[in-house]
Amino acid sequence: MGAIREFFDSLLLRELVKGLALTGRYAFARKITIQYPEEKTPLSPRFRGLHALRRYPNGEERCIACKLCEAVCPALAITIESDQREDGTRRTTRYDIDLTKCIFCGLCEESCPVDSIVETNILEYHGEERGDLYFTKPMLLAIGDRYEPEIAAAREADAPYR
Amino acid sequence: MIETITSYGSQTLGPAWPMVWSLARILAIVLPVLGLVAYLTLWERRLIGWFHIRRGPNRVGPLGLLQPIADAVKLLTKEIISPSQADKSLFFLAPMVILMPALAAWAVIPFAPGIVLADINAGLLYVMAITSVGVYGVIIAGWASNSKYAFLGAMRAAAQMVSYEIGMGFVLVTVLMVSGTLNMTEIVLGQNVGWFADRGLNFLSWNWLPLFPLFVIYVVSSIAETNRHPFDVVEGESEIVAGHMVEYSGMSFAIFFLAEYANMILLSTVATIMFLGGWAAPIDLGQLLGFETLPWVASLSGWFWLFAKVFFVVSLFIWFRASFPRYRYDQIMRLGWKIFIPLTLVWLVVIAVWMQTPWNIWSAG
Repeated sequence: MGAIREFFDSLLLRELVKGLALTGRYAFARKITIQYPEEKTPLSPRFRGLHALRRYPNGEERCIACKLCEAVCPALAITIESDQREDGTRRTTRYDIDLTKCIFCGLCEESCPVDSIVETNILEYHGEERGDLYFTKPMLLAIGDRYEPEIAAAREADAPYR
Repeated sequence: MIETITSYGSQTLGPAWPMVWSLARILAIVLPVLGLVAYLTLWERRLIGWFHIRRGPNRVGPLGLLQPIADAVKLLTKEIISPSQADKSLFFLAPMVILMPALAAWAVIPFAPGIVLADINAGLLYVMAITSVGVYGVIIAGWASNSKYAFLGAMRAAAQMVSYEIGMGFVLVTVLMVSGTLNMTEIVLGQNVGWFADRGLNFLSWNWLPLFPLFVIYVVSSIAETNRHPFDVVEGESEIVAGHMVEYSGMSFAIFFLAEYANMILLSTVATIMFLGGWAAPIDLGQLLGFETLPWVASLSGWFWLFAKVFFVVSLFIWFRASFPRYRYDQIMRLGWKIFIPLTLVWLVVIAVWMQTPWNIWSAG
């Protein structure tokens, strides 16, 4: 009996019709495509994008040249040189991130004791030549200055969960 | 209007006129077909996108309508590479051999009553004969490439296309039997008479209803004929890269593509003519409600319905492609030889016996 049923099942293409019905339903389903430049997916406050160096509200740069980020960086993308400033504080003279090496793991941000080096949620940037993605201290500080409100808001949003 | 053109033409061009006139009519068929082929590629990509819950290409021009043009420009500007060990003349002949039958078969396809390039009595036979030539192009392409993948693909294609042609042939023989003619125009006209057609319900007297199993077999066989999913082991990407097309690039590759889609449209049109009543409207409102249909409305609706039906069958092909995984090669052969051929043969006999009984519903017999 089972064999006969199977025979008619396959002869009448029952399974194929079921498959067609399934794909047919999906053809009219709401499309999941995000049309990128016009539409974007929401970003988490923890999103790890372009790096930035932050300052305190009084304009003083946060980085104290502890070099924890340089030490923790698994891709060896960070290069720091430091010196004593005239007022006796320890500051970086050089803070370079090679974004072509960076793997955006976020460990630099985690390790920073003063929340100086952070990763922003900027993901749309590019370099036109080799070397364009080698970010130096003034560039990183400029990014921090420009996006400070967004950076602060993202930290604020994530703070309860840390 | 056509009479004015022909009389003016024969006066000015004299004996050369019939040739010029045929050429003009050929162009009037071939150019729209090639345009449809281009836009069929877009429709296929959009439709498959929808089946995948995607949107499909919609960036080039409004709704992606310029995408086929962008594709054509891309393929035209690409280098045509020929392998150093290839037989050059055959290598470049093969795409032509594939494309030509796909276009030549349109000669006997009636688009409306009387609108046909060659209204010959053996129209169905001509279609069968011409579409069989396409397999030579595949074999030549695989052989001339001098590459093992191309060769394997060509062997698969040859075996598959030949096998399914037999089942398809039996289906068309049955259609020929019930309509009693090989002339395509008369096959369409023969479908639009009968008990249902007299009451305006044309679609119930078309061949697809009494010959439904054969209609299904015809559609499946024509998918196998055109080597499309789920029967595309011929160009199975995961095993033999692109089969017979693997060594082709640029425009010579594009011609294979054109031929595949032209064949798709052709076989859908043949299916429409054989089973779906050609250009006739599914419900004849004039007949149903009892008023005279204006002649220009009738001719316009004929073009619309032919296009709509072909569009439907072509969309079915794409739907199948989006739904089913690829058949294994021996299963394809099994389906063709052990299922379709016996099934069509049995149905042929059933219809033949049916036609001898008093319950014969066809005029022929």
